[in-house]
Amino acid sequence: MKEAVKLGDMSRPGRTPLAHLENEDLMRLPPPLEDPSKYHNWTALAPHTREKYECGLDDTCALNLPQPQTKEEEAQLVAKFLSGLEKLFTRENNWTFLQPLLLTMEHCAKCQTCSEACHIYEASGRNELYRPTFRSEVLRRLYFQYVKHGGLLSSLQHGAIQLNWPLVARLAELSYRCNLCRRCAQTCPIGADNGLVAHELRKLFSQEMGIAAKELHDTGSMLQLKAGSSTGMNAEVVKDNIRFIDEDTSEKTGIQVETPWDVEGADILLIHNAGEILAWPENPGAFALILNAAGVKWTLSSELAGYDSINYGLWYDDAQFARVALKHAQAARKLGVRKIVLAECGHAHKALSVIADRVLLGDLSIPRESSMTLLRDIVMSGRLGLDPDRNDFPVTLHDPCNLVRLMGVVEPQREILRKICPRFREMEPHGVDNYCCGGGSGFAIMSGNNFPDWRFHVSGRKKLEQILNAFADCLDPSVPKYLCAPCSNCKGQFRDMLAYYNLWEKNRILYGGLVELIVNAMTDVRPGYIEWEWH
Amino acid sequence: MTASIYGIIYAGVLVFVVASVLRAVRYAKLPAHLRWELYPVPHEEAERARHGGSYFEVPDWWTKPRKVNFAGELKVMIPEMLFLKALREFNRKLWYRSFVFHFGLYLLAGTIALLAVAALGTILLPSLLAGFVGAVLHTLYTATGLCGAVMAIIGAAGLLHDRLSDPNLKNYTAPGDIFNLAFFIAALGALAAGYLLRGPGGPGALALACGLLRFDTAIPVPGVLSAGLVLGALLVGYIPLTHMSHFIAKYFLYHNIRWDDLPTAQSAEIQRRFAGYLTFRPTWAARHIGADGARTWADIAATNPSVGAGK
Repeated sequence: MKEAVKLGDMSRPGRTPLAHLENEDLMRLPPPLEDPSKYHNWTALAPHTREKYECGLDDTCALNLPQPQTKEEEAQLVAKFLSGLEKLFTRENNWTFLQPLLLTMEHCAKCQTCSEACHIYEASGRNELYRPTFRSEVLRRLYFQYVKHGGLLSSLQHGAIQLNWPLVARLAELSYRCNLCRRCAQTCPIGADNGLVAHELRKLFSQEMGIAAKELHDTGSMLQLKAGSSTGMNAEVVKDNIRFIDEDTSEKTGIQVETPWDVEGADILLIHNAGEILAWPENPGAFALILNAAGVKWTLSSELAGYDSINYGLWYDDAQFARVALKHAQAARKLGVRKIVLAECGHAHKALSVIADRVLLGDLSIPRESSMTLLRDIVMSGRLGLDPDRNDFPVTLHDPCNLVRLMGVVEPQREILRKICPRFREMEPHGVDNYCCGGGSGFAIMSGNNFPDWRFHVSGRKKLEQILNAFADCLDPSVPKYLCAPCSNCKGQFRDMLAYYNLWEKNRILYGGLVELIVNAMTDVRPGYIEWEWH
Repeated sequence: MTASIYGIIYAGVLVFVVASVLRAVRYAKLPAHLRWELYPVPHEEAERARHGGSYFEVPDWWTKPRKVNFAGELKVMIPEMLFLKALREFNRKLWYRSFVFHFGLYLLAGTIALLAVAALGTILLPSLLAGFVGAVLHTLYTATGLCGAVMAIIGAAGLLHDRLSDPNLKNYTAPGDIFNLAFFIAALGALAAGYLLRGPGGPGALALACGLLRFDTAIPVPGVLSAGLVLGALLVGYIPLTHMSHFIAKYFLYHNIRWDDLPTAQSAEIQRRFAGYLTFRPTWAARHIGADGARTWADIAATNPSVGAGK
């Protein structure tokens, strides 16, 4: 049996990884993936990556944090970390989350109740490194030593840990081994939040040291603030793409679809995750068709960031978060819409509806609504002709954490599915007790080095188990199956993970959004909106 | 000797009250944070609370009156406080020990309250306490006290055993955790032993309580009981200085964080407070933040780093 990683190992000199997983270590999966010897082997990190970057945590590397070249450089980085640590506990720098962070630091009972709730810990074969409390306990000890300036008595009371560069480098990586799904926090008897700790660590690294996953920062929030979208699409390109989507949708459905742009005084500003426009165009096409058919007065915005609901700052940086949220609200204010509706993107829902709520003051406080709620209203109102027989195939529903556990939008999507999908079945557990898809907190778009191996073997594993169990009675490839995931990031994770395990080819498990199912059931539309092709 | 014991008890109680209040005030005075609720939120309308839903499930929710279901909160809070419901649900093995420990402490807290009533009654209404009422109170505080001490000791011993032997807990156990549990066992053990072995001349619980209220130093307190009282008083004063004061933290963690779903637009006070926070001047050093100690959060949020100085 492998020896469990100890907290003190985080400070171990050198860059030998603290943890290594083999396929046999991982949580077992149900059929058809019950044999671990048939899983993909892990891609080893390239030698030049190990030589150049800090890869001393585990089998992968999310950040590509360059190795310092001298002891002086290491010392400077540790000093910067300490400076950020202190700021994390001051009102001026971190009023945004100081209260929950401080309470979590000072009152975790270390009872490990949260561990069993964590899909990453369980899927890893309960590897100590991935316990929700592991990174929290490291931060807690640093907090009492360096922020509270505790002496010997404090060390005895709270435990001690050696602060050095290896620890800082490993902690930076470890903050990107959590999906921030907060399932752990849900089970904490005291209310402590280890998901928040990972969030706050990411903030410390980004806001003080300029360290963040490049997919979230450079090609994420920075690109969005520069071009208007993290996809790189500017307003002209996005309009062109939507025009093509309208044409395709019209041709495919037999119903003329036209997406309205920048309509002042519209009832609704709809904001898509712009990734949908490029990767899953049938989703914005279906939205346009449904809203037009229902007689809704809606519009898209071509303002900077007004056509891309993503807000990656939610996962790593308060300033970037606030900047993007502001852009979204300003786009709505400019058009004078009555409300903003978030299309199928979980983190965009939570970012703009919940987290930004306290800072969108005055005329920026424009009501935000979930598309799940709006769609339920439309479907139940009878404004669309719907034939459930068109959806006569097994359907299961994934609950995006940000939409469900963290925002409480649980039933509307279910009511729709129960009405239009006669073979709908739940995953277990579901609703607010759901498991993350494994792509949460940015992982779905993080594909550097061998990170996808970790994503599909570890962070997505529990969800994969749920999907296979939900379809256990119909795994035969003669039965097409639909995994409904009303969230772009979750879909990105499913696209990659289902392909990784070959579950479309072998078992005909397809994934897609909710609106595609609605259009597929619409009687006015030519049959076959869902094409049962891998995409 | 007795006077010293009284002094330590008074000090222990005083430290407990002052430290608890200071801790609560410290947490209450922290800036209100961004919303970070976690569903289910039990004060949602009952129909939605059942599945963990929120008002976001209601079309045009901001146009509808918001109903806060306090009964729903009580339905969650009471079993949580009394029976540690979350621990029972998610960590049954630990719950067996922790529940016994905590319920023992609740019984001891009840004992103190009963003793205070009995002592005040004895001093102010001696005739009333001399008869049936006094006998009932005596039976109650004796039973709750002894049961409480035994349960808390057994629970603490079980928790200590787990801390020392369970590999899931050992990695995270600091010397202070061992000390805390040992402190409970020692203090409550000495109190229980001192009370049971005090001998015919030793004071009962009521006599000690009356003595404390009257500062009657003529009461002789035997050695073991003295040790128990001193340790107990030190323990009472020590608890709010440590993470064991989670009975205070829990209020904030549940009500102010997990269940705080108040829409900003519906609270002028929240809007006022957050407008104030946006004038704070951060000093984060990363270039893209563009903080220099002079610019406010509002300035920073309004800056686009891809076109401004932070690029």
